[in-house]
Amino acid sequence: MSILDNKKVVIIGDRDGVPGQAIEECVKTSSAEVVFSSTECFV
Amino acid sequence: MNYSVVKGTSYILVNTPDMIIHNGTTQTMEKMANPNSEYIKAIGSHIRTYEQVLNYAPSQVYIGNMKPEELETLEMPWYDKDVSIRERFGKFGEIMPQDEFIGLMKLSDSFDLVMLEMHFSESVKDKIANHPLFGVEYASKMKEGFDIVAIQKEVEEHHGEGIYNDGKLVGCVKKAHDSDVNLTAHIMFENIVSKASGVLAFKHLIHNVEIGIEEIDYVIECSEEACGDMNQRGGGNFAKAIAEIAGAVNSTGSDIRGFCAAPTHALIQASALVQAGVYKNVAIVAGGATAKLGMNGKDHVKKGMPVLEDVIGGFGILVSENDGISPIIRNDLVGKHNVGTGSSPQAVITALITMPLDKGNMKITDVDKYSVEMQNPDVTKPAGAGDVPLSNYKMIGALAVKRGEMDKNDLMSFVKKHGMQGWAPTQGHIPSGVPYVGFAREELMAGNIKRAMIVGKGSLFLARMTNLFDGVSVILEQNSKTDETATVSKQEIKKLIAEAMREFGSNLVKE
Repeated sequence: MSILDNKKVVIIGDRDGVPGQAIEECVKTSSAEVVFSSTECFV
Repeated sequence: MNYSVVKGTSYILVNTPDMIIHNGTTQTMEKMANPNSEYIKAIGSHIRTYEQVLNYAPSQVYIGNMKPEELETLEMPWYDKDVSIRERFGKFGEIMPQDEFIGLMKLSDSFDLVMLEMHFSESVKDKIANHPLFGVEYASKMKEGFDIVAIQKEVEEHHGEGIYNDGKLVGCVKKAHDSDVNLTAHIMFENIVSKASGVLAFKHLIHNVEIGIEEIDYVIECSEEACGDMNQRGGGNFAKAIAEIAGAVNSTGSDIRGFCAAPTHALIQASALVQAGVYKNVAIVAGGATAKLGMNGKDHVKKGMPVLEDVIGGFGILVSENDGISPIIRNDLVGKHNVGTGSSPQAVITALITMPLDKGNMKITDVDKYSVEMQNPDVTKPAGAGDVPLSNYKMIGALAVKRGEMDKNDLMSFVKKHGMQGWAPTQGHIPSGVPYVGFAREELMAGNIKRAMIVGKGSLFLARMTNLFDGVSVILEQNSKTDETATVSKQEIKKLIAEAMREFGSNLVKE
């Protein structure tokens, strides 16, 4: 049972840190639903 | 392989205090959404003077009056530290004040779109005439100024983009077409700023390399702006437009785009063009972006700091045929983030850092210095964006640990030894990998380092064409041709001595 199971998830990734797509892949291993995912450039 | 070389570099800044308020998108968006906001009311008292911009360590590192290492000994924040250097010119370039730059905008305007108030125009014309790289001949090309009433009318009635200096309207950029959305005054303003700052970087490059500008064959421009009309948005090309104003009569050119990664793409492509013999001297140039001025201004003002994004950046790199002295560009050791690479930090660092190293049978620690996203942390940390170079170095170091090339306990010493503090303004393409090329050239030629890697990354997803981002990298190395030449010379000397001895011996026998 993951802490994310049955949760809705909003993902804001960082290009120079962990991008949204990479976080999304991790979240997909649980039963959580990704309702928003993006990668942002903070510079 | 006969690699091409980094023959020279230039780095310029332009202090543009009024453009922060009138042209930076953070400010213009805020004015549209909430014209009476506390931020808009406060920003005017958070603008640095030109002298403060000069007396700022990252500015002086950028133009070469200080070394990146000197930032390590300077306690943060840097903006309130007196570095006792207030030089406008450095070995790489200069920090130009706004009024002169507005004059340079006029000189870079090929379609009479820039209108300057007549008295202001005269005063900046004199300053450009006294500029060591422009002079009287250049300044004489500046056309007559206008009455301020005509400029006000253009701004108020015809959508002209105002040009301000010391808080006063001193000119405007007119729209270039009645209805074309890609030739509006706003877009023309941004493009002329980018072009003019590119011209300044190009002029300094030629000055630094001591080459005749007529020897430049090709120009690659790699900024983040787009010029074109309604039928070909971004058709181009800044490169030839900049070359024309700078006087590079024997060159043509083209633009490379790739967000912040474009300069490193340009470096790789320029080196390939020269190495293949297509061109002998390829100049890479880029001007800056007004849109990013004050990008993190809200956080700076909130924290009682000056708005540090008050400069436009530019740079130039000359890539030439191997001269046996200048650092070589190892374009056989190129890293690239492919479509199928994936986006995990490990995948990205592998593609950009270890893939090229593996090609050359090298370890991560075999590269003396990595130049990544060299954003000034004085700007980014207070805005919550962290220390971007540091996080990149940590990821590179972590991969070295994972590959068994380094002990985990050595991670921070790796960061210190192979990394640097960032000093470049947050102008997108300007801080991405290339700020160190000038210093790398010097350190490689002095024998202080053997190898440096330039890494550029770009946020392609911002254009909403792909979710991907991008990155490329290339290694610069000491030029070993000098040693080869030296070895050959020694051998030749030995051969000559041996021949002379033989001749002497045979003469003795004859006698």
